Amino acid sequence: MADIHTGLDSPRGIWWKPAHRNEKLWVTIAFAWCMVLFAMMPLWHWKGGQNPSGIRRRVEPAAFYQRTQEFITQYRVGEDHGIPIVAPPPGSDIYLAAMTYQWTPILKLQQGAEYTLHLSALDVNHGFNLNPLNVNFQVVPGYDYGLRVTPTEAGDFRIICNEFCGIGHHTMVGRVIVVNEKGEEVTRAGGQP
Amino acid sequence: MSATVAFRTCPFTGRKIDPVADRLTQANAVLAVVSLLIGAVAAVLLVLTRWQAVHLLNAEWFYRILGVHGMNMLIFFIIFFEMAVLHFTSTALLNARNVAPKLSWASFGLMVLGAGMVEWLMWTGKADVLFTSYVPLKAHPLFYLGVILFAVGALLVTAIFFANLHVAKRERRYEGSLPLVVFGAATAAIIAVITLLHGAAIYIPTFLWSLGLMNVDAQVYRLIWWGLGHSSQQINVAAMVAIWYMLGALTVGAIVLNEKISRMAFVLYILFISMASAHHLLVDPGMGPSWKVVNTSYFMYMAVLASMVHGFTVPAGMELGQRLRGFTRGMFDWLRRAPWGDPGFSGLVFSVVLFGFIGGITGVTIGTEQINIIVHNTLRVPGHFHATVVAGTAMAFMAVTYYLIPLVFRKRVAFWGMARIQPYVFSIGMTIFTMTMTFAGSFGVPRRHWDISFSQAPFSVQFSPAVDLLLALMAIGGLLAATGAFMFIAIAVVSVFFGQPLGELTPGVAVAGVPQGLTHPPVHAADVDRRAEELQATRSIWGPAPGTMALVFVFLGAFVVYFFVNWKVLSFVWKIG
Repeated sequence: MADIHTGLDSPRGIWWKPAHRNEKLWVTIAFAWCMVLFAMMPLWHWKGGQNPSGIRRRVEPAAFYQRTQEFITQYRVGEDHGIPIVAPPPGSDIYLAAMTYQWTPILKLQQGAEYTLHLSALDVNHGFNLNPLNVNFQVVPGYDYGLRVTPTEAGDFRIICNEFCGIGHHTMVGRVIVVNEKGEEVTRAGGQP
Repeated sequence: MSATVAFRTCPFTGRKIDPVADRLTQANAVLAVVSLLIGAVAAVLLVLTRWQAVHLLNAEWFYRILGVHGMNMLIFFIIFFEMAVLHFTSTALLNARNVAPKLSWASFGLMVLGAGMVEWLMWTGKADVLFTSYVPLKAHPLFYLGVILFAVGALLVTAIFFANLHVAKRERRYEGSLPLVVFGAATAAIIAVITLLHGAAIYIPTFLWSLGLMNVDAQVYRLIWWGLGHSSQQINVAAMVAIWYMLGALTVGAIVLNEKISRMAFVLYILFISMASAHHLLVDPGMGPSWKVVNTSYFMYMAVLASMVHGFTVPAGMELGQRLRGFTRGMFDWLRRAPWGDPGFSGLVFSVVLFGFIGGITGVTIGTEQINIIVHNTLRVPGHFHATVVAGTAMAFMAVTYYLIPLVFRKRVAFWGMARIQPYVFSIGMTIFTMTMTFAGSFGVPRRHWDISFSQAPFSVQFSPAVDLLLALMAIGGLLAATGAFMFIAIAVVSVFFGQPLGELTPGVAVAGVPQGLTHPPVHAADVDRRAEELQATRSIWGPAPGTMALVFVFLGAFVVYFFVNWKVLSFVWKIG
């Protein structure tokens, strides 16, 4: 390895030379690891239970609002803090609209059942965070994100907005109730009602 | 026309320096430090607000200052400093001149004007849209125009950089190929062009939208804005890696193991980095899974491979540089006997280690399509990028400044005792800050959020009790890092404006205020090629750079564990598809 120089010097002559032996080993290992990183994503689509694929389409905010209102009228079972509570049947399409500074409606779901959850924003970008499970999705105005979700545990969950949406951003909290297989509301770990 | 330039000769390196390029480097560096000061004051206010027990600012000012912090740190500080790097590398390192002094100053003026407009509108509350300004949140039209002017100025500087390189070649200012450091800076400049074109493609329509002249789709905005937002961080990466090679050379005589490998790694950045925008859209409704998988992996992680290559060749070059200078005992003697009191060296090491171990590992993991479900918009995101941009890039920029003060400003570094400990204070602070922030994010704590006690919300929210402790530690780490930043600012400002002139230096005689790499240049012995051949002939399976091999395997182990733990955590949440 003649021609020792630093990165501040111009290499003279032809510098296209065989790699250093330490370097060859590391580049091979690093490349193999990059392939593992890459392979995990298709693998998880195939075998894993959590993928952000969903059904994606454009939707006018007014049309999404209309559809959410119809959904609320159809399955309304109560109200909390002025926000309607809806209990849709397992397997149905369910709608959650984000607007400054509210998530509507409150969803009452059944443990172990699959739903298609449609998320969209009526005004600006919002962020869907299911607390305390830490499941996150971007909620974009003009786009309907239809995610097939199966609540695997019962409890009383919160939806926090985690995309800055304005001065009242930190007050934007919604609610999801998941009843157990017998249809009972349960207190989730942590002691919250 | 070249004959009219009155070059000065650098007393350390013997290189020819164009005084115009010197002044341009200086002006841009000064503006970078001013932006850093504003950003660091904002940082203190922010950590003291997110520390729930203190909760300093009200909601309106918290979000406003958050926008100010983002623009000053990620845009103004970083890009002004990069402009200084482009002016410096395209002239001083090549014995070359600045070919367009008037245009250089005009672009600098444009950048100052643009930055000034943005500052004014943010501080007066006319642009409360945070750093990302996601449409349809709307700011004053002049905010967008200010960003455009700043970007046009920066684009012109990249053009001047390439013109400088071209003319230097034509005038035969240097022999052979570009030095690796300049090649790295050229990579940064090419990525800057890609980035700034994305910036034009999104900010010009958004400017027109703010005037009511056209529509901008919220998802398209996010796609193209991140072509600016993430790619601009890749300018930082390329510039930072170039500085790593430079500081390695200056402090311990680091050698280039192989020009081909290091240069190919830089080229991988150029080819694959523009896909990085996708990292921010992994749980967005606008794109499908195959688009996400291909793009987020930088087409099979080729840009990650590039960083892993540099993460090896930089320390290996330092190790071999040290071994060639006689520090040959054992695996780590070269590291133990390195100049740890030289802030250029300690800053370099912290930058490499924190960028790789915290920033790199978290970044690749959270940028995986499905894992992003348990990451998006939580504190894990700023936890990651503070490790890359602040603990990595900003630390490298600070470290190289300790060399630029004597080399470019021809002053001694003021408060030398403080300068020697500054990288330690800053890096320890950033380590605590980024790690606690990342852990708090793992509990689902949202980023960009004024009040996680949700005192004004209709429903109560309870986080794990660990979160309060983590946020308090995060504030303490943040305050420590901010202290390090203020130390740096004080040193830089006093050195540049009130500093003692460099004066005559005798090689081998230590002088307070002059880094060891300049008073004791790490030159290689005359028989360096023979020594190199002896090193190469080693029969150890670890090869000639065993210390670095051991370190990169520790890194790989940490990477593998963190990556798969995240898949495991993901598998516990609801079924989603």
